[in-house]
Amino acid sequence: MENTGIASSNRKTSRWLLLFVVGMFGFGYALIPLYDVFCEIVGVNGKGIQIDTSNQSLAINRDRTIAVEFTGSIMGGLPWDFSPAKKVFVHPGETVRVAYLATNLASTDVTGKAVPSISPTKATRYFIKAECFCFNNQTLAADEQKEMPLVFKVDNDIPESVKTITLSYAFFRAEETEAGDTSS
Amino acid sequence: MKLVRSFNASRISGVILAYTALLFGALIASPAYAEYGLNFKTPVTEIAHIEYDLHMLILYICIAIFVVVFGVMFYSIYAHRKSKGSVAAKFSHSTNAEIIWTVIPIIILVTMAIPSTEALIRMEDTTNSDMTVKITGYQWKWHYDYMDHDVEMFSSISTPRAQIENKQEKGENYLLEVNNHVVLPINKKIRLLITANDVIHAWWVPELGAKKDAIPGFINEIWTKIDKPGRYRGQCAELCGKDHGYMPIVVDAVTEEEFEAWVQKQKQG
Amino acid sequence: MTATTADHHDDHHDHHPSGIGRWLFSTNHKDIGTMYLWFSFCMFIIGGLMALIVRAELFMPGLQLVTPHFFNQMTTNHALIMIFGAAMPVFVGLANWQIPMMIGAPDMALPRLNNWSFWLLPPAFTLLIGSLFSPGGAPAGGWTMYPPLSIQTGMGMDMAILAMHMMGISSIMGSINIIATILNMRAPGMHLMKMPMFVWTWLITAFLLVTSIPVLAGAITMLLTDRHFGTQFFDAAGGGDPVMFQHIFWFFGHPEVYILILPAFGVISQVIPTFSRKPLFGYSSMVFAVAAIAFLSFIVWAHHMYTVGMPLAGELFFMYSTMLISIPTGVKIFNWVATMWRGSMTFETPMLYAIGTVFLFSIGGFSGLMLAITPSDFQYHDTYFVVAHFHYVIFGGTITGAFCAVYYWLPKWTGHMYDEKLGKIHFWLTVIGMNITFFPQHFLGLAGMPRRIPDYSLQFTEFNMMSTGGALLLGLSQILFLYIVMKAIKGGEKATDQVWDGAEGLEWTLPSPPPAHTFTTPPLVK
Ligand SMILES: [Cu+2]
Repeated sequence: MENTGIASSNRKTSRWLLLFVVGMFGFGYALIPLYDVFCEIVGVNGKGIQIDTSNQSLAINRDRTIAVEFTGSIMGGLPWDFSPAKKVFVHPGETVRVAYLATNLASTDVTGKAVPSISPTKATRYFIKAECFCFNNQTLAADEQKEMPLVFKVDNDIPESVKTITLSYAFFRAEETEAGDTSS
Repeated sequence: MKLVRSFNASRISGVILAYTALLFGALIASPAYAEYGLNFKTPVTEIAHIEYDLHMLILYICIAIFVVVFGVMFYSIYAHRKSKGSVAAKFSHSTNAEIIWTVIPIIILVTMAIPSTEALIRMEDTTNSDMTVKITGYQWKWHYDYMDHDVEMFSSISTPRAQIENKQEKGENYLLEVNNHVVLPINKKIRLLITANDVIHAWWVPELGAKKDAIPGFINEIWTKIDKPGRYRGQCAELCGKDHGYMPIVVDAVTEEEFEAWVQKQKQG
Repeated sequence: MTATTADHHDDHHDHHPSGIGRWLFSTNHKDIGTMYLWFSFCMFIIGGLMALIVRAELFMPGLQLVTPHFFNQMTTNHALIMIFGAAMPVFVGLANWQIPMMIGAPDMALPRLNNWSFWLLPPAFTLLIGSLFSPGGAPAGGWTMYPPLSIQTGMGMDMAILAMHMMGISSIMGSINIIATILNMRAPGMHLMKMPMFVWTWLITAFLLVTSIPVLAGAITMLLTDRHFGTQFFDAAGGGDPVMFQHIFWFFGHPEVYILILPAFGVISQVIPTFSRKPLFGYSSMVFAVAAIAFLSFIVWAHHMYTVGMPLAGELFFMYSTMLISIPTGVKIFNWVATMWRGSMTFETPMLYAIGTVFLFSIGGFSGLMLAITPSDFQYHDTYFVVAHFHYVIFGGTITGAFCAVYYWLPKWTGHMYDEKLGKIHFWLTVIGMNITFFPQHFLGLAGMPRRIPDYSLQFTEFNMMSTGGALLLGLSQILFLYIVMKAIKGGEKATDQVWDGAEGLEWTLPSPPPAHTFTTPPLVK
């Protein structure tokens, strides 16, 4: 009698634990969206850059000037070359247009995509993009050279300590399928 | 049997004593012994100084606690042994003692946490820099882009293969020499943007106190301000494949004039 | 009448099958425990040989014996085999042998599951070691398997991932079994707060396992789908992030460290009172400290990744939480010292090992506190200082703790005293070898030698030579251990039931060696 009692509580304990194990496996996966939310809040890894295509103008604070510099890197497997936009000095609130110049070195069409990242991270959430070549995959024909525009402004609330913002793009080769939207 | 036991016990204390002595002798001997490779290399930037001082502070505190705790333990091992006729006491707890040895560590930790926090805040402040160098890790070389000077270059190991394969005598800077040195001006706040092209690397020059992961797709930043002209050598610090041990870094810290001259030369060359 | 037949049948089933059948189909906790112990010893030797290859290559600057790629395979597999093949199974073996005897249970709660969880291990490690012979070789990106490097590896990585899934399932089943045993099978009167510390530490360790291993399983599954099925969890090109793997991995990885060390704490909490002839000091604060360490181990993971470029607030949080762990850890060490204080101590081999564990683990603990300090960690990170630190913790804490346990309970298991003199020699050789191997690595790290490199600049030569010499001594000494154990199995002075005159607890009321089935009628605990 007693033995069957123990056996059934053993079964019960193991069932609960098994359920817990499955839950923890799921938790591992749940860490991914959680991490993305976290990145957006603190502005790590280019996540949290604001996108505002409405083009409404902000008040311009002429007392402050922020240097915005541009860079990037071509990742392995993408036969492109590029030159970044020149460094610009902007007032918070002011809308600015710059462009990267990309060249396809291959003799076939190549599709690439750009993944942004901003330094310092605390500036990320105050960087507002109205238009960016990183919104979509970009296809360059053989030997084509293309200007890739970026329209942005810097929010007025950006912390006082930020004097320079660096915007960097990593250019990856996109899947050879059609150029669609990318999640970044 | 008893004899064997006490012999062993005295050996314990003997070895332990020798051990503590070694620990003391070796670790306390700080900057003076630096050239023998026992401690951090002599720091040449504010950040490296901060790291060094913090390291020594924590180390001293740890050694002090270590000596007290193990002093008590080895005294007990010496005095409270059966072979000396020690009779076991019966106590199995003491609330006072337990409160004391919870509270004291908390106080010690707080005294450690305060300077550490200050140091970290100082280190993370990359604002007001005078120039920016972008560093990209590749399998297995570094790329440097002087963003304000329009100068860029790759830098890879220059130690001859024959030295690595033991066919030739190894030079003084074996494995720590490169074809293109990173030339940086002293007394300037330099912002280093660090990224990678393929896998994760880490850019590390011990004397500068600068180490940061280079992550493909994203940029990291640190800053450095070198006080002393000189040649500082470092290595990749994150396993990045088979030649991870062969992607060194050489920084030449020079005066501002020398730096400008170097930039001009690079542009012409 | 039926009862006696059943009894007889059981007896027949578990006792008499000789040869391989006894082991293959065993559901007896003692037999399974023995298999775990032997298995982990084999892995200890294989992992140790890999370490010796690494140390031999590092004896001098320059490449002498192996290629850098093979060197990286050795460091990676040394770690995987030592952690998952030696350090974890040895304590599962000890749990199998001891927990039922210590809580007055007839066997583990789920004997058949127990058989499966053991028998998953040999194929898992065959697969892992077999990856060495696959095209492209075994995983070579470190046991931490950081992408994108681990995405570049050949099919050896897939074999390793599969092997790790099997090990993970094995440990999860083992843990479920241990938890069920402890919660449901205790003898009447054995309240939770009366359980021996070894049982307590295992209960908490088992909870750490069921919490963290599934997260590891998730991480390596994502790695696998990133490699072959087009997901981009860890690829910036697809909106992923390689650093995220590190977060998930260390969410498992840090509790893993405590999975390795807590049962060793349990062992020395049994041994020190025995040889001090005095009850354990501060039993309830010990239990509380273990629970606190276990809880904290889930909120400190990012201290392994201070250099990835976390925001300031994150670095501060992980620095503070990591520093906090030293408080419960300190409580444990103080309690052990207080247990010795005014005791009546003798120094047989298990006691020597217990003292050695406290001492060596503490060195690792202090270097751990130094590593916790974010600003100075920027200098220590990924250097030999870290290598020295975790070998003091895992060799100095876990492995010496396991030796301590084996010497302590071996007379109970075999019925014979081991050779005390040889045991002491083994202790001294191991401790001296261990210190010669790992202590100089502190200096190497501080002076700037990165970890995981097959070759180094000339300034690091002397300490590397010393370290390699120590490793050879350390490795060879383990042959003596095998000899001591074999000798005690074959014969020797008869052990009494109590074995040690200060020993207390249910296992010491049983005969030495205990019959296959013990406590079939539960003992009454006062
Ligand atoms: Cu590298």
